[in-house]
Amino acid sequence: MSLLEPVRGNAAAADMSRFYQIFFEETAEQLTAMESLLLGIDTSQPAAEAIDAIFRAAHSIKGGSGTFGFRDMAALTHEAESLLARVRKRELALNAPMIDALLEAGDVLRAQLSVHRGEPGMAVDAGPVVARLNALASGAGRPKDDACITGGTDAVASSAMPAPPPGQQEPPADFGFFSPEPAAQSADPGYGLFDDGPGPAASAAPPAWGRRSTDDPTIDAAPAGRRCGEKRVVSALGEASSIRVSVDKVDQLIDLVGELVISQAMLAQRCAALREAQREPLLDGLSALERNTRSLQDAVMSIRMLPMSFVFNRFPRMLRDLALKLGKQVELRTEGEQTELDKGVIEKISDPINHLVRNALDHGIELPAARVAAGKPARGVVSLRASQRGGSALIEVEDDGNGLDRARILAAAAERGLSPSAAMSDAEVWQLIFAPGFSTAETITDVSGRGVGMDVVDRNIRALGGSVEIDSTGGSGTRISVRLPLTLAIMDGMSVSVGGYAYVIPLACVVELLAPGSRAIRSVSGQGRVVEVRSEFLPVISLAEKLDPRGPRSPNGPPGESDGQIMVIVEVDGGRTALLVDELYGQHQVVVKSIETHYRRVAGVSGATIMGDGKVALILDIGSLVRQARH
Amino acid sequence: MNGSAQQPVMAGNDWSGAHVATDEAEYLVFRLGEEDYAVDILHVREIRGCDPVTRIAEAPPHVTGVINLRGSIVPVVDMRVRFGLKAAAIDAFTVVIILNIAGRMVGIVVDSVSDVVRLGAQQRKPAPDFGAALGTRYITGLASLEERLLILIDMEKLVNGTQGGLFDAAAA
Repeated sequence: MSLLEPVRGNAAAADMSRFYQIFFEETAEQLTAMESLLLGIDTSQPAAEAIDAIFRAAHSIKGGSGTFGFRDMAALTHEAESLLARVRKRELALNAPMIDALLEAGDVLRAQLSVHRGEPGMAVDAGPVVARLNALASGAGRPKDDACITGGTDAVASSAMPAPPPGQQEPPADFGFFSPEPAAQSADPGYGLFDDGPGPAASAAPPAWGRRSTDDPTIDAAPAGRRCGEKRVVSALGEASSIRVSVDKVDQLIDLVGELVISQAMLAQRCAALREAQREPLLDGLSALERNTRSLQDAVMSIRMLPMSFVFNRFPRMLRDLALKLGKQVELRTEGEQTELDKGVIEKISDPINHLVRNALDHGIELPAARVAAGKPARGVVSLRASQRGGSALIEVEDDGNGLDRARILAAAAERGLSPSAAMSDAEVWQLIFAPGFSTAETITDVSGRGVGMDVVDRNIRALGGSVEIDSTGGSGTRISVRLPLTLAIMDGMSVSVGGYAYVIPLACVVELLAPGSRAIRSVSGQGRVVEVRSEFLPVISLAEKLDPRGPRSPNGPPGESDGQIMVIVEVDGGRTALLVDELYGQHQVVVKSIETHYRRVAGVSGATIMGDGKVALILDIGSLVRQARH
Repeated sequence: MNGSAQQPVMAGNDWSGAHVATDEAEYLVFRLGEEDYAVDILHVREIRGCDPVTRIAEAPPHVTGVINLRGSIVPVVDMRVRFGLKAAAIDAFTVVIILNIAGRMVGIVVDSVSDVVRLGAQQRKPAPDFGAALGTRYITGLASLEERLLILIDMEKLVNGTQGGLFDAAAA
């Protein structure tokens, strides 16, 4: 196997197109890995492995884009690689401008990649970045200030570096083998082996990596060879080995397992109806079937789970850029990135968490001078923590900034006519910031302060079936805790019967169940109905009327009509509502399915599930049902 | 092949019948009341008995509800109601044709399925203009086969029709 020359790649372009997708995905991963390495690097003492890994990532992208004929990307990575090669050979010392330039090059590459992917977007001019990289690589762009000093100390540091452990003695001169002549390296079959040498993980792995790439006949030699480099970078992020499978296939698997569970339940039901003597021989097999289907279901569901690092990985860069803009100093600490959540939750949680992190830096962390004056280190800390607590995930965003300002929140709330009282507990005061349009920012910046923030965060997280809690201590920081269900694909639900059909109410919003009994449902001015529960009047919604306008019940019928029904008290947006249902079936986990796959959106319905008898039950969107009834 | 077969029909002006061999297409014939309808067999996914249907709130009258088709939630349309006939009673003998239209599945309730026929271009004739009442825009043509008159319908248009369309405009 050998890496293909760019020219050959072009000639074979027609055959290559089916490999584009792999290249696109791999390159996107390489760019992410490169970015996180660049951000993690300490310019005063750059780790040799990190520089090697960055170099490898750049090199892989260059080779891949050359192979597939994406010349713009190949040209740009070539420049980045030349700079990195000199850093690697210790001809140049890594400094902050270089990191900036390389990060920028990464951004441009990402833009170029999306253009090649055919995504909408503007073509980006790589000229300025190329010029910057060139200047830095030639040493001319090297400023005379601190970078020079860094360079000096770094040279000393490198010569004084401890001898590498046995088995890893790669004289630095060996690096030169790859870097000066870019054309030579692309044809080197041993690249993966040699290059992994200095890395600690590599000593155990090289033969395996080498074989892997040759053993993979379905993938073109070039991407396969590249995969070695990539996998090593990815493994640094905590992933061992994996295959790419489209989400459709996984969802199909989940559907099939769901069907299997239903068939199993049906068999169990039929068996229970048999006479004792007939049932006996079946019981063992049936209970084994049940156990196995359950574990199969769990295993299949876990395929859709992704680690939180998918969300956390974007923050180092974002915080760095934001801190520069705001003139603040900040350090990001992350914990529990390996906590796994369903892909659907991960995708939807990204924006709210993003907002919380921005807030933590913008509103929480003070300017360095103010921090020092308060006796705190100039550099603030934003911590992101994820962990699993029972059936839910807990994500915490914490800063060691100034904390929430009770007086200011109260004043701002009063301005907005929210009638706060000074007697409110801290927790109640903090809840005020979730009010729509709430902002205490003195100036509106493009970072935050428009007051379209916390209410959106709160609403989005509630829509996922989660909750947000705030904990803040004046002067020493704020912690926002977000609780989320681990998966959207399975939900705890309460199944009820309305008008002869089964419906599922998400358990998360059920507060209690009541038989109306003596509690009279009263009609108010002929418009709506209320019921008194614990000396509180709750609006009453008859699900039968809401869900079946064609049904026999007339709207706003006489109050006595609901006799024998059951009330499900639900809480939505902090307010309680009583839902009238005919019958209660029970509480169980349901597999959530979209009805929009083959139908359109239905108001008041968030999805559907398949019950044990194979029938479809609609899952009610209680939030929209209640809001609809209020207007 | 499907497209090329239907193109002249929809254009309604090329009835030369010169390409008999290549213009043939297969149609599934089903019965509604006294009429025979035919739908392009390439849209047909399967024919099955009707499972219990779950009603959907605020659905147009012809949308009977949704069924569970091996784990997928599939809407069911009563063709009798769609064509202004009396609603069919849904029982174990009700026949549902599952159609695949642009990647979406939909079940249509019909009285019965009779056969699959092969129609050449010269057998397919444009439908006369019945006026707005019958919604002729869903009818791509008529065909006579032995003693029968087959009404060729464009399921795609019928299902996505602006009134009571099954799919959201954005998604469809």
